[in-house]
Amino acid sequence: MSKNEVAILGAGMHPWGKWGKNFVEYGVVAIKDAIRDAGIEWKDVDFVVGGDTMRNGYPGYVAGATFAKAMGWTGIPIASCYAACATGAQAIEIARTRILAGMAQVALVVGADTTPKGFLAPNKGERTLDPDWLRFRLIGATNPTYFGLWAQRRMDLYGATEQDFARIKVKNSKHGFTNPNARYRQIYTEAEVLASPLVAAPLRLFEICATSDGGAALVLCSMEYAKKKGITKPVRISAVSTVSPTFPNTIIDMPDFSTDSAAGIPAPDRSFKDSISWAAYQEAGIDPSDVDVAEVYDLSSALELDWYENIGLCKRGEAESLLRSGATEIGGRVPVNPSGGLSCFGEAVPAQAIAQVCELTWQLRGTAGERQVAGAQVGITANQGLFGHGSSVLCTR
Amino acid sequence: MSANKQKKRVAAVEGWIDVDPKNPRLVGYKDDASGTYFFPKDVAVSRAPGFSDTPLREVRLSNRGKLWSYTTNHYKPPEPAISPDPFVPYTVAAVELTEERMVVLGQLADGVDPASIEVGQEMELTLATLYEDDENEYIVWKWKPVAA
Repeated sequence: MSKNEVAILGAGMHPWGKWGKNFVEYGVVAIKDAIRDAGIEWKDVDFVVGGDTMRNGYPGYVAGATFAKAMGWTGIPIASCYAACATGAQAIEIARTRILAGMAQVALVVGADTTPKGFLAPNKGERTLDPDWLRFRLIGATNPTYFGLWAQRRMDLYGATEQDFARIKVKNSKHGFTNPNARYRQIYTEAEVLASPLVAAPLRLFEICATSDGGAALVLCSMEYAKKKGITKPVRISAVSTVSPTFPNTIIDMPDFSTDSAAGIPAPDRSFKDSISWAAYQEAGIDPSDVDVAEVYDLSSALELDWYENIGLCKRGEAESLLRSGATEIGGRVPVNPSGGLSCFGEAVPAQAIAQVCELTWQLRGTAGERQVAGAQVGITANQGLFGHGSSVLCTR
Repeated sequence: MSANKQKKRVAAVEGWIDVDPKNPRLVGYKDDASGTYFFPKDVAVSRAPGFSDTPLREVRLSNRGKLWSYTTNHYKPPEPAISPDPFVPYTVAAVELTEERMVVLGQLADGVDPASIEVGQEMELTLATLYEDDENEYIVWKWKPVAA
């Protein structure tokens, strides 16, 4: 049993979509939703952490202050953070550690984003020292390029098929179909997925994550505070992993166009992506076989297969059989992405890792409605942010 | 076309590539204490933990490796990427350099059919023009299968 537990008092979201509004509006809706869900008032919050949105200028870079101001300044301490796709997990970790240190009782964590259409592209200008700029300039290595490389490697090494990738999309589309916060609520067939245009072969348009607007918020509190509120069995955050890679990191990843060299120092036994959830399991003293439900970052359909192995649901090379067995569908042994995942949401960068925890909160409370995973007691999220940010949150009830 | 002949061939990023078509090489660094290679050569110190005081020596990386994976892009990439108009699909290859044990991305050389390559096969470095202006041709590296 983890000694580092905090309670999730409330969870809230603004539905994902392409709404064309300011990110602050989405965040405020999510905050009010989470506060209502927590049964507290804004003035009870004694710490705020905002996940920054880099595409929305100055207020987006200082999200903690922006949201605290939007809700009405109360003089409390605030923090802002950015870790690309892992921003939400870092925001949660900042709040959790502050609560565990006894320096906060009730912390609000929020992230929200407004995204442009199309490919994510680097910032403008001639920036020849920026790998993110150079990978586009020299190689045309878009984000889907990396997804395509990983997917093709699974096909050549482990016998994954285009049908497997399509099956992931079909599964997640069924999961998210009834989720009121999901952007895409349409059930796809394998044939429809396989008829969509190739983007980065072998991956197709319906298998690659879009970018979305959205907002997510959590109210976290100390176990004592939850008890005082009369909540005897709250959903708890039992571990948070924000680990970084160990040198040499030999798996090619965005935004780099070369890996570390393993010629001098051998690669670690555990790859970076394997180490992300492993750190969370270690902290909580929980085994991967205890997991009832998982939310993982399906930037592409094929990438979900990698995560099955990375979070220990099966051994390396066995993800395809796990998928084909139906184990990761709702009703199966360990449903993955019951929310519908990025497949149904599209990514709202600073909100996404928080949204994953919102879903686990509802799943572990047993209030997830038609997409409920029966009897879920242990859930894990996994995600990875550009430039080497691990993100995994382990929730228990 | 005769004007082309007078253009100077320069690396698209200064100092990163030897642009001699007979012996194309990526320019990297080696930290001899840990035996670790680095590319690109914009590192300030050795990134091997504990070796940040080790001097870095400029080296030419080996120009051969094994295909780690590949993907063909079917959509025009956003700026600052450079792609022809009208757009034609292009393939990106990831190749693990044999000696340096590092994976380096590059486009697949023009004229190589991506359906003809497979993970694990031997690849070698080649050069191509990324773009040109009135004075220079800007050269980038690409990957091609080692001729059988």
